Amino acid sequence: MKKKKSKNYKIGATITGVLLFFILVGLFWTPYDPDAMDNASKLAGVSFSHIMGCDNFGRDIFSRVLEGSKITLFVAVGTVAIGTLCGIVVGAFTGYYGGIVDELFMRINDALFAFPSILLGLVFISLLGSGKYNVIVALGVAFIPSFARIVRSEFIRCKNMDYVKSAKLAGAGDLRIMFVHILPNVMTVLSSSIMIGFNNAVLAEAGMSYLGIGVQPPDASLGRMLSEAQTYLFSAPGFALFPGIVLILMVLGFSLLAEGIKEGAGYA
Amino acid sequence: MKTKAVKKILLALVCTTLTIALGACAGDRADDDRSQITIGIPQDVEDSLDPHKAVAAGTEEILFNLYEGLVKPDSDGNLVDALAESHTISDDGLVYTFTLRQNVKFHDGSVMTADDVKYSLDRCADTSSGAPLVAAFSAIESVNILDERTVEVVLTEPDKEFLPYMTAAIIPQANETPEKNPIGTGPYKYVSRAPQENFVMEKFDDYWGEGAHIDLVTLKVIANSDTIVTSLNGGAIDMFLRITLAQSEQVSDDYQVLEGTMNLVQAMYLNNKAKPFDDIRVRQALCYAVDPAGIMEINSNGKGTQVGSSMFPAFGKYYMEELNDLYETDLDKARELLADAGYPDGFSFTLTVPSNYPQHVNCAQVIVEQLKEIGVEAKIQLVEWESWLSTVYTDRNYEATVVGLDASSLTPAAMLRRFTGAASNNFINYQSADYDEAFEKALTSVDDAEKTQYYKECERILAQDAANVYIQDLPCFVALNKKYGGYEFYPLYVQNFASLYLVEEQSN
Amino acid sequence: MKYFIKKLAGLLVTLLVVSFLVFAAFAVIPGDPATAMLGTEATPERVEALREELGLNAPVFVRYVGWAADFVRGDFGTSYRYNMSVKEMIQDKVPVTLTLTAMSFCMIVLIAIPLGLVCARHAGGWLDRSVIVINQIIMAVPAFFSGILITLVFGLILHFFVPGDYVSYQTNLPRFLGYMFFPAVAIALPKAAMAVKLLRTSVLAQMKLDYVRTAYSRGNATREVLYRHVLKNAMIPVVTFLGMALADMIAGSIIIEQVFNIPGMGRILLTSISNRDYPVVEAVIVCIAFLVIIINFIVDLIYQAIDPRITFE
Repeated sequence: MKKKKSKNYKIGATITGVLLFFILVGLFWTPYDPDAMDNASKLAGVSFSHIMGCDNFGRDIFSRVLEGSKITLFVAVGTVAIGTLCGIVVGAFTGYYGGIVDELFMRINDALFAFPSILLGLVFISLLGSGKYNVIVALGVAFIPSFARIVRSEFIRCKNMDYVKSAKLAGAGDLRIMFVHILPNVMTVLSSSIMIGFNNAVLAEAGMSYLGIGVQPPDASLGRMLSEAQTYLFSAPGFALFPGIVLILMVLGFSLLAEGIKEGAGYA
Repeated sequence: MKTKAVKKILLALVCTTLTIALGACAGDRADDDRSQITIGIPQDVEDSLDPHKAVAAGTEEILFNLYEGLVKPDSDGNLVDALAESHTISDDGLVYTFTLRQNVKFHDGSVMTADDVKYSLDRCADTSSGAPLVAAFSAIESVNILDERTVEVVLTEPDKEFLPYMTAAIIPQANETPEKNPIGTGPYKYVSRAPQENFVMEKFDDYWGEGAHIDLVTLKVIANSDTIVTSLNGGAIDMFLRITLAQSEQVSDDYQVLEGTMNLVQAMYLNNKAKPFDDIRVRQALCYAVDPAGIMEINSNGKGTQVGSSMFPAFGKYYMEELNDLYETDLDKARELLADAGYPDGFSFTLTVPSNYPQHVNCAQVIVEQLKEIGVEAKIQLVEWESWLSTVYTDRNYEATVVGLDASSLTPAAMLRRFTGAASNNFINYQSADYDEAFEKALTSVDDAEKTQYYKECERILAQDAANVYIQDLPCFVALNKKYGGYEFYPLYVQNFASLYLVEEQSN
Repeated sequence: MKYFIKKLAGLLVTLLVVSFLVFAAFAVIPGDPATAMLGTEATPERVEALREELGLNAPVFVRYVGWAADFVRGDFGTSYRYNMSVKEMIQDKVPVTLTLTAMSFCMIVLIAIPLGLVCARHAGGWLDRSVIVINQIIMAVPAFFSGILITLVFGLILHFFVPGDYVSYQTNLPRFLGYMFFPAVAIALPKAAMAVKLLRTSVLAQMKLDYVRTAYSRGNATREVLYRHVLKNAMIPVVTFLGMALADMIAGSIIIEQVFNIPGMGRILLTSISNRDYPVVEAVIVCIAFLVIIINFIVDLIYQAIDPRITFE
C-alpha cells in the first residue's frame, strides 16, 4: 500500500505541476493576444503557427486555452478560499460552542443543502450580475456549508480531547484554543477536502459558463470555450477537444492529489 | 434474507432497463398520412395567445398564421386587403371605410360579422384598464357599423399613415378566453402547446383564401442555441428560423440555406445623457473608430447591409445610403476628437448586451477590439433579456448597448418616433429640438414628397449628431430541409408558414 | 415517532426558509415581470396597470404571506407568462426530470455494484487496474462535456438516436424513454465511477476485519462471505453516496436537459428565472427542495434497514 499512495500523489502532482507551469508561462507570454481577431484564420485547423487551431473569430485557441485555464483556476482558487475561510469560522464556532447557534446553523445548512449549488449560483448571479468575480462569490457562498460541516464535526470530535482540556487548564482563551490548538489538527482532513473543493469548483465554473451565467466574453474560460465550440463540433473538433482535455487534466490532477493526501494521512 | 432482497431489487432493475431499451427500439416515428413540418424556434411562444395582448415579437410572428386583420402585409411589405374586400381613405385622412369580405369563417366554424370587427377594434382601443391595448388606437374616435358589410373607422386627427394599424386581428366576440383558446381566421388553426416544448398548428380547411399547403406545423423550442446545428443535422427539425452564418456553414447538404435580411438597425446605442457620451465629439470619435465593414467581415463574411442612421433598406425611398459614408473609418480623426473632448488617453465604459442574441454579443466583441485602437476600453456585460428591458430600456441605467431595433410597421414613424424628446421609449435620452421639429412636420404633412423630405431630415440629424454608432441591417439565414420549398422573407417581423410546401411526395 | 415529528418539522422549516429566500431574491434582482411581459412596445401606463393587476406593488412580505397561504392550500398560482396554472405546467414536467434521474440511478446501481464487487475480489488484477484508471478519468469529465461527446458520437456519427428529437411521454412513451437513454448515460457516468470506487475501497476495508476472517475459518467460500457478510456492511458508505448523488442529479439535470434539449423542470426553471415568472420559479424550487429532503430521509431509513445498530433518537 505504501508504494501505491505515492503513485497517486506523484501523478497528480505532475499533472497539476505541468498545468501550473503553462499557466504561469501564460501569465507573461502567449503566442498571440488571446482576444485578437484575425479574419483570415477563422476556424483554421492545427498548424505550426496555431498549434491548436483557431476559433470562429480567428483567435488562437492555444493562447485562449492558456488564458482560459488561468481564469478557470483563478475562479477555483477564489471559490475555495471563500468557502474554506468562512467554513472554518462557521464550523469552528458552531462545533466548539454547540447550543442554540449550532442548532440554527444546522437548519440553515439543511436549507442550503436542499438548495442545489447550481441553483444557488443562478440566484446569486441574477442578484449580482455575471462576471468572474461574481461567479467566485456565488460559488464560494455555495461551498461554505460543505466545508463548515466538515470543520464542525472535526471540532466536535476534538473539543473533548486531552490536549484541549490541558490547554484550557493552562488558561488559554476560547479563540486561542480554537485556532491555535484545534485547527492545526483539523488541517489534514481539511486539505483533502480543499482539493476535492478545487475539483468541484472547476466543474461548477464550467457548468455555469456553459449555461451562459459564468465568465463574460471576450474573456476565455475553459467552460465558456467548450460551450462556444459546440456549433463547430464537425468542422473544427479541436475547438472543443483542446479546452476539454485541459479541463479534464486539471480536474484529474486535483483529484489524484486529494487521494494522495488522504492516503498519506492514513485513511483511504 | 437481506442479500436476497438486494438480488431481487437488482433483478427488477435489470428487467425494467431491458424493457425500456427494447421498447425504445420498437417505437418508431409516428406514421401519419398528413404532410408535416417541424420548425425550430429559439424562444417559446410563451406569451398570451390573445393577439391584442401578445407583445413578444417571437409570439406575434407566429400568431400571424392564426389571425388576420382587415388588411395584412404581403412579402413586399405592401398592405393588401385581407378580411376587408376593399377600403377607402377620405381625402382629409380622417375616415377609413372598409367593405368586409363575405363568408369568412373563424376556426370554430362561425362566420365573421361586422359586429366581430367592431368588437375587435373597440377592444384594442379600450381604455378601461388605463391605456389602450394597442397604443396607437388612442387616435380612434369611433368605429361605426354602416351596414352588414361596411365598417368605418373615424380618427380624432388626420392621419394618412393609419392603415398599418388595421392589421390588428379580428376575433370572434363569442370567444371568452382568447389567451388560451385562440380563434382567428388565419390559414392555420391552433392545436396545442406544451410549455418549453412545442406549439402545434394544423391547416384550416375553411380558409377564405388560397390556404396552406402543409397539414401540420410543429414548432419545437430549441432554447440552447448551441444545439441548433446538431438538431438540424440529426434531422430532429426541418427548418430553423434565423441562424447565424457560422451555423449555416455547419448544416449538412440536406438543407438549403436561404438568405434575407433581419430588417432592423443594429447599432451601438449610446446613453446620450451619460458621461462621456453627452459630448458629441466623443460620440463622433466612436463612429470614426468603429468599422462596420470589419464587423460584417468577421461575423458574417461581409454579408449584411451597412446603415448610417435609424432606417433600413426595406423602407425603400426613406433609406439614405449616402449617410453610410458620413463617418468613414479614420482612427486619427477619432483620437483627435477624443483629445478635443478632454480624453487624450481614452476612457473606459460598460457595454451592456442581452445574452440571448449571439449576433449582438459577437458584434460587441468585435467593437471592443476595434475601440482598443483609440485607447477606449469597453467592458462587455451580458445580461438576460428581461434585465435588459428593465435596466436599459425602461430605467435607462446604462452607458452603451448593442441591440437591433426594428419597426412594428413599415411606416418611418415607427422607426423614428422613439428618438423624439418626449417619447417614453427614448431610451438613449436623445434631445434635439431640430429633430423634434422635423419629426412633427413629417407627421402632420399631407403631401407625400414633403413628408419624405422631413423624415429624411430626421435621419440626417440623427447621423450628424452621432446619436448612436450605426452598424448594419443584419443578414438573416434560414435553414430549410430540401424536401420543402416556398419560404418567403417579409420586411416585417412575421413568418408565413402557409406558403411552405413539400417539393416532392415522400415515398413512405 | 418523535423522530418523525422532528424530521417533519425540519422539513417544513427548510421549505419555508427556501421559499422565502427565493421570494426575497426576486425582490432584489433587476428585472420586473410586468416590463418583461410587455416588452419594448410597452407604455409606462400599461406597465403600471399590469403591476397593479399582478399585485406587484404590495410589499414583499405581504406578497410572500399571500403566496404561502395559497400554496399550502394547494393553489400554486398562475404563471405570469403562460396564462396557465403553475400546477398544470409543472405536472407535465416533473415526470420528465424524475424519469431522467431514475434511469440514470438505475444505471449507476447496475454498473457500480457488480463492477465494484468484481474489482474488490480481484484487487490488483488487470481488470481492477484498468477500471481504476478509467474511473479517475471519467470522474474528471464534466457531465455536459460527455453529453456533447455522446451527441457527436452516438447521435451524429453512429445515428443511434436523433439529437434534439425529444418526444413527450404523453405522445409516445417508448420513444420518450429511448430518447432519455443517452442523457441518462451522461448523468450516470461520473456518479457510477465514484460509486465503483467507493464500493471497492469499502469492501476491501471490510475484508480485513475480524468477522470476515472468522467466516473464512468456518470454511465458507469467498463468494459466500462476500455476498452474505461483506456486501451488507460495505454498502453503508455507498448508500450515503447514492443518496447524495440522487439529490445532486435532480439539480444537475438542469445542465443535461440543456445539452439534449429536454423540456424538463430545469428548462422551466431557467426560462422562468429569466422571465421573472416567479410563481413558477417558487413552485419548481420548492418542489426540488422537497424531493431532495425526502430522498435524504429515505436514505436514513435504508441505513436503519441495513444496519439495525443505527437508531434515531
